Amino acid sequence: MTLPVHLRHDETFVLNLGPQHPATHGVLRVKLTMDGEYIVKAEPVLGYIHRMHEKLAEAGTYPQFMPNTARMDYLHALAFNHGYALAVEKAAGIEVPERAEYIRVITVELNRIASHLLWWAAFLLDLGGFTPLLYAFDDREQIIDLLERVTGSRLTYCYMRFGGVYNDIDDEFITGTRDFITRLRSRMPRMYHDLVTHNIILIKRIKDIGFISEEQCRRYGATGPVARGSGINYDVRKNEPYSVYQEFDFDVPVYSECDSMARYMVRMDEIEQSLRIIEQALDKLPDGPVMAKKVPKILKPGLGYHYSAVETARGSLGHMLVCNGDKNPYKLKLRSPTFSNLSLYGEVAEGMLLADALAFMGSLDLVIPEIDR
Amino acid sequence: MDTSIWRPILYLIGIMVFAGLNAAYLGWCERKGAGRIQRRTGPMEAGYEGLLQPLADGIKLLTKQLLVPSGADGILFRVAPVLAMIPAITSLVVIPFSENIQARAMELSVLLLFAIASIAMMAVLLGGWASGNKYSVISAARAVSQNLAYEIPMLLTVICIVMISGSMNLRDIAMDQQGGFWHWNIFRLDNFHFLYMWVAFIIFFICSIAETNRAPFDMAEAESELVAGFMTEYSSMGFGLFMMGEYLNIVVGACLTTTLFLGGWDCPFGMFPGVWWFIIKIYILIFTFIWIRWTYPRTQIYKLLNLSWKILIPFSLVNVLLTAFFIKVF
Repeated sequence: MTLPVHLRHDETFVLNLGPQHPATHGVLRVKLTMDGEYIVKAEPVLGYIHRMHEKLAEAGTYPQFMPNTARMDYLHALAFNHGYALAVEKAAGIEVPERAEYIRVITVELNRIASHLLWWAAFLLDLGGFTPLLYAFDDREQIIDLLERVTGSRLTYCYMRFGGVYNDIDDEFITGTRDFITRLRSRMPRMYHDLVTHNIILIKRIKDIGFISEEQCRRYGATGPVARGSGINYDVRKNEPYSVYQEFDFDVPVYSECDSMARYMVRMDEIEQSLRIIEQALDKLPDGPVMAKKVPKILKPGLGYHYSAVETARGSLGHMLVCNGDKNPYKLKLRSPTFSNLSLYGEVAEGMLLADALAFMGSLDLVIPEIDR
Repeated sequence: MDTSIWRPILYLIGIMVFAGLNAAYLGWCERKGAGRIQRRTGPMEAGYEGLLQPLADGIKLLTKQLLVPSGADGILFRVAPVLAMIPAITSLVVIPFSENIQARAMELSVLLLFAIASIAMMAVLLGGWASGNKYSVISAARAVSQNLAYEIPMLLTVICIVMISGSMNLRDIAMDQQGGFWHWNIFRLDNFHFLYMWVAFIIFFICSIAETNRAPFDMAEAESELVAGFMTEYSSMGFGLFMMGEYLNIVVGACLTTTLFLGGWDCPFGMFPGVWWFIIKIYILIFTFIWIRWTYPRTQIYKLLNLSWKILIPFSLVNVLLTAFFIKVF
């Protein structure tokens, strides 16, 4: 909100938002210095769910860290799987069969849709609309069932292997996915857009609220839908194509309004783009093995730095892997998207009303375990 | 009118039963309604279709400990939930359920009702303030500004009705609307009031949603912002009384809307007027309350106040002027 508010810094109180608060969706704590309902200063306090994932990577062998990746961003776990697999494959020089890469893309995109649906549900919950949550979960459940068939788990996947994937997809998965695409496309206009996106209360709540300028995005390193909602056309899948993304025809939705509504629209459009990618991948799906031959049981990549970047539902994720020829990594550094996106919060939330600030926080799509790692 | 001692006792029992059953079973209706809207079943375990759920909830709430936080004002903290219940039950005294079913046909029943309704807001204010919780204090402040903003357009629309009926007695207002839906204040085809009375009805309905702190105007208990607002620190029956008070306020709001705009106990087609029509009308209105709550997201507090001060109050003022004009001219 761009109201000219004259905040009096001498009559403030501190409101402790979190670490247990319904709107933070996890153990994030924000120290809010408030003047009435206006926020004078917002200070996110991190670390409540820090589990030393990066240190744990050094303690175990390369494959042992794979399950940990899913515990960070549990909503788009497959992208984290993918990013780590790409980094290690780069380090060890493993060639991945084409079919495996296609399957990776299909599952990652399905997971991305599930993540966006859950974000949508949680965001509406932040705004006080409870019913959309159940509708979104209905669709998300279909995706989870599909992924459970091939990966064996429902939320924290450990599906990718160095050199391929754990399981081949079968015909039932393919028909199920095609059915899901038709189902979601038919439900999208009515249940998502008519009921929610065009709702006047929602539009008034999130339009022109939470203005993040392009300059701020660049300064804080914001990526993903947050940056694309501020008019920055940056998507790792397009700008630095990895895996087999260059084979597919899809658009990167970019909105330049810079407000919460723009971020909302970016994510809603991305669901459609992900459906397009999945459709094309299913059409082009080549035959062949899903696992590279002759992947050594114990990986010992030689001395060197290796970086892989992937686009998760929340932005670009980087894995920086330092190898020294040992059977466990010398160092693994993660660049997680939500950490940068959250860093914006204090600056942007200043001068906002409490309710707007929480709606704005919802529009950032925070996943706390990924921030704290 | 019969003046025996049995009349007040009978009405006391009747109103308590009506209030108790509504407070308990509207919770069940709300959960079932929400369930159906969200494509699930709602409570199913306790009894057939979960019909014993209110009983189970009641036992659970009664057996829990009533915690008073150390920073709280003990007396006010305990008084507030009672204050939430009392006005709602008291209001039912003057509601005319049918031509013959009314505890007290007071001449100034409209005035009494609104005077009592303002006390309900005191309960939220005291409960929030006495809790000593920052979220609760914010919630209490919101509740006061919201109630203040919405009582004005509400009373202005009631003034239109009072001018049309020429009485502040709810029974007279309802009697004035007998004989089919074209006599109801919302349509009123026998004079020119139908031109704008539907606007008054919409204003009144929006205000009664806001007055009862229901979504999309549930600023005071906005659970994703203020945790549970003024109810955050309440446990056990303290919380239970607030919930029951909320449902009773909805019932009173629906009764008032029915009496003022929808002809009270009158049948739309002029046949078999009686208490059943009144009951049908209030439950349709209550269903609308539930329906709205589970469809829309919450508004923002300053947008809520803007709606009242910038749209509802000017419109209701114009309504008052039009009513006066048409009464004077025709």
